[in-house]
Amino acid sequence: MTKIHVKTNINGDKVEFLTDPRETLLDCLRNHIGLTGSKEGCGTGDCGACSCIFDGNLVSSCLVLGVEAEGKSIETIEGMAGEKELHPLQKKFIEMAALQCGFCTPGILIAAKALLDRNNDPTESEVRYWLAGNLCRCTGYDKIIKAVMETAKDIRETA
Amino acid sequence: MQYHSPSSFNEAVAISNSSSGLVKYLAGGTDVLVQLKIGTKSPDHLIDIKNIPGVREISLRDDGGYTIGAAVSGAQLTDHKELSKKWPGLVEGMELVGSAQIQSRATLVGNLCNGSPAADSVPGMIAAGASVSILNSSGTKDVLVEDIPSGPGSTSLKNGELITAINLPKRNDYEGDAYLRFIPRTEMDIAVVGCAVNLSLENGFITTAKVVLGAVGPKVMLAHSAADCLVGTKLDDNILSRFSAKCSQIAKPISDKRGSAEFRKDIIGVIAQRAARKAYDRALGKY
Ligand SMILES: Cc1cc2nc3c(=O)[nH]c(=O)nc-3n(C[C@H](O)[C@H](O)[C@H](O)COP(=O)(O)OP(=O)(O)OC[C@H]3O[C@@H](n4cnc5c(N)ncnc54)[C@H](O)[C@@H]3O)c2cc1C
Ligand code: FES
Ligand code: FES
Repeated sequence: MTKIHVKTNINGDKVEFLTDPRETLLDCLRNHIGLTGSKEGCGTGDCGACSCIFDGNLVSSCLVLGVEAEGKSIETIEGMAGEKELHPLQKKFIEMAALQCGFCTPGILIAAKALLDRNNDPTESEVRYWLAGNLCRCTGYDKIIKAVMETAKDIRETA
Repeated sequence: MQYHSPSSFNEAVAISNSSSGLVKYLAGGTDVLVQLKIGTKSPDHLIDIKNIPGVREISLRDDGGYTIGAAVSGAQLTDHKELSKKWPGLVEGMELVGSAQIQSRATLVGNLCNGSPAADSVPGMIAAGASVSILNSSGTKDVLVEDIPSGPGSTSLKNGELITAINLPKRNDYEGDAYLRFIPRTEMDIAVVGCAVNLSLENGFITTAKVVLGAVGPKVMLAHSAADCLVGTKLDDNILSRFSAKCSQIAKPISDKRGSAEFRKDIIGVIAQRAARKAYDRALGKY
């Protein structure tokens, strides 16, 4: 199988990799680029553990082919924190213990960031619907929803 | 598998016609990649249409109708205020497809071409009287969306035929549509039954009605005789209960893990009645 040479941009850095056209973006991130923050929970779009921002849109990277990344820009969990400080969502998740095993956490943080970037005043139902594609087997969701609501509040107050 | 990313529709069709083995077009990939992963359909050639100029555009035609490019995502439809106001039923059908992650990618055309009898956006497109523009090696043609589904997982599209856009007719005053589905959860599930209704009114009386049932037969289907119960009425309670009974009668569902045939026949009547009421209120401009 001939591999395809893909040039893309990940978290602001130029990245090139070789991929079999059947491989997903998630496979490429984890196995070729060494970014293992995005997780594979299901591989079929149901769990959100592989969530990334692909050309400005929240996607499940298990449902995007690696070859589709050509010329695009991608944001993953590895790019979420600033140079010195964690993202406000990351800080709040730690402060409010919105995670247990942590497997779902990168996907949930990316998805929650995508929501707050477009709406920093969501209702609780809006947060719950937005995160319906992110499954968590540990927390029971309540702490996650509260942490997102609290972060939104902080963002509004500092804005 | 070979991946192709043509820069025009003609090039896409040419690649399809000159390739052997299983050839598939790729829109949002939310069905194609799942099938690839679980190994049910493993194409030899995958032709990505998303890099074709204009394929993600929603445009208003001179005749007042909308043309929706083949790769327009669910999220783009919802974000389009004017389209959502004119065709709330069509948009809410697509909006029910999957999570926020799926909405960024999934398309109306993919939902249609995947051929599921439970596809959530298809009843709304058929009720709207939408057509698709199809390109093949001999040229382009327009076909009604209702003529595309042909059975579970299959369509009337011939090998190599590519849908380039969906065309919605012009919307007039006193018209309204709605789509409702029944699922046992609140999000992220496949319709047990679904129903779209599209109505036009004159002085409060229904002049034309289209009723489309999903997940209660081998394909999404138009329910002409149920629609006929509505025409000439103001949708009072008697009419609604006759209409509901008619929808249950027409439905020919199977029993599966999502619901028994008996339950589906029963619940389609309830859902259809609510969808009709919602479409009627929208036609009156209530919301
Ligand atoms: C987690 C999850 C949840 C889902 N929930 C729902 C749901 O609630 N309701 C629902 O109805 N569906 C649901 N789906 C299924 C899927 O998301 C939809 O069917 C979606 O609309 C498919 O669109 P797509 O653009 O991703 O299609 P693709 O996967 O790109 O393509 C689907 C089919 O259409 C063909 N095709 C694509 N473009 C063209 C074209 N231009 N011309 C001809 N053929 C073409 C492809 O070859 C393929 O056979 C879900 C899927 C996932 C993964
Ligand atoms: S691994 Fe991608 S959604 Fe589950
Ligand atoms: S913290 Fe374990 S899956 Fe969410």
